Amino acid sequence: MPPNDPSKSRESMPEKDDRRGDSDDSSLDERLQRLKSKLDNSQLAAKTATNGPDNAEKSKGAAGVGQAFRLSSEFIAGVVVGAGIGYLVDTFFGTSPWGLIVFLLLGFAAAVLNVMRAAGMVAESQMRLKPAHDMDKSPQDGEIDDPAEK
Amino acid sequence: MSGVPGAIAFCWARAQPDKIDEADLANDPIHQFQISKILPLEAMGLDISFTNSSLFMVATVGVSAAFLIMTTSGRGLIPSRLQSISEMCYEFVADLLRSSAGSEGMKFFPLVFSLFVFILMANLFGMFPYFFTVTSHIIVTAALALLVIGLVLVYGFWKNGLGFLKLFVPSGVPAVLIPLIVAIEVMSFISRPISLSVRLFANVLAGHITLKVFAGFIPMLSKIGFVGVVGAILPLGFTVALTALEFLVAFLQAYVFAILTCMYLNDAIHPSH
Repeated sequence: MPPNDPSKSRESMPEKDDRRGDSDDSSLDERLQRLKSKLDNSQLAAKTATNGPDNAEKSKGAAGVGQAFRLSSEFIAGVVVGAGIGYLVDTFFGTSPWGLIVFLLLGFAAAVLNVMRAAGMVAESQMRLKPAHDMDKSPQDGEIDDPAEK
Repeated sequence: MSGVPGAIAFCWARAQPDKIDEADLANDPIHQFQISKILPLEAMGLDISFTNSSLFMVATVGVSAAFLIMTTSGRGLIPSRLQSISEMCYEFVADLLRSSAGSEGMKFFPLVFSLFVFILMANLFGMFPYFFTVTSHIIVTAALALLVIGLVLVYGFWKNGLGFLKLFVPSGVPAVLIPLIVAIEVMSFISRPISLSVRLFANVLAGHITLKVFAGFIPMLSKIGFVGVVGAILPLGFTVALTALEFLVAFLQAYVFAILTCMYLNDAIHPSH
């Protein structure tokens, strides 16, 4: 847990002592609900706090290298898959060389799509409406997803 | 830097020409990836021997599990140093998963956390001199990648039924182009386990070979006399720098594997584009 954990638990300690008397489920539920919302708020606050300039700087370092590894391997994998499927189609249906030609081209297209998607240049159609691009696949609930996180 | 002691030990081990038969061992960068049987076993015609790879997989699981159990057993309200390492690990993966797959994705937390810790520990184990690197074999990384993609397929179809196939049909595409787009999207999906496994395996393999080749220059150069010994400083420096880079790669590859797992799981949870 983050450094703010001890303070949070200290806060909740007296409540626990107060409520030791009535141990019915409804008050426990209520208390759980309240603690949950408090936790959510603190998580939200922590998230907005880390989205400052230092997070952007961090993403240039380690995550940038990770991104670079990702882009190259996505591209190679796409082409290799295309060539592999083309070769299999050719050997099974005897269509040589057309299967290889068609699927290699398709694989190349898929590879370019992979790379552009990984780079955040091509978002999913739903996400194209949003000005801020993010590199991952668009989830339905946009507010959970946080583009600056990576 | 934790990389420097490892690098020194590594270089020292490599730079002892009298200890290693330099003709075959020291200059063979592939030798470190050889599988050797420790306990030969056979069941139903299959070779299920306990190999050095199995040994290091068991060690990886054992050490990471023991570390997590022991450091969190104190359950301190104010965590000790080791406990906060475990907690940082947890927080890191939980944030990763929550930010890319949403709160619904948290039900996959045990899987993602196990994958991250396993790959990270296996990579770090590989940085010890004379240790075997589990993730340098594509069969291991491919098994991990297929586990992820298999889970995405099974969970996607189980949760969304045939609606999962919408993953391959982007909305707003003209009907004429749909067959082409679907073909490209399917290929893009098939390439995922391949890129996932090849990236991890290739990075680890290439990194270890490079390290070994550069370290191998040191005894080779130092044999030719004083000039060679002075000249060997350059590959020694490279080896130290590469060791640091390998530690970075060890972490990064575990991170990339975990984040892509989260993204693919997100596709299974929310398939429609």
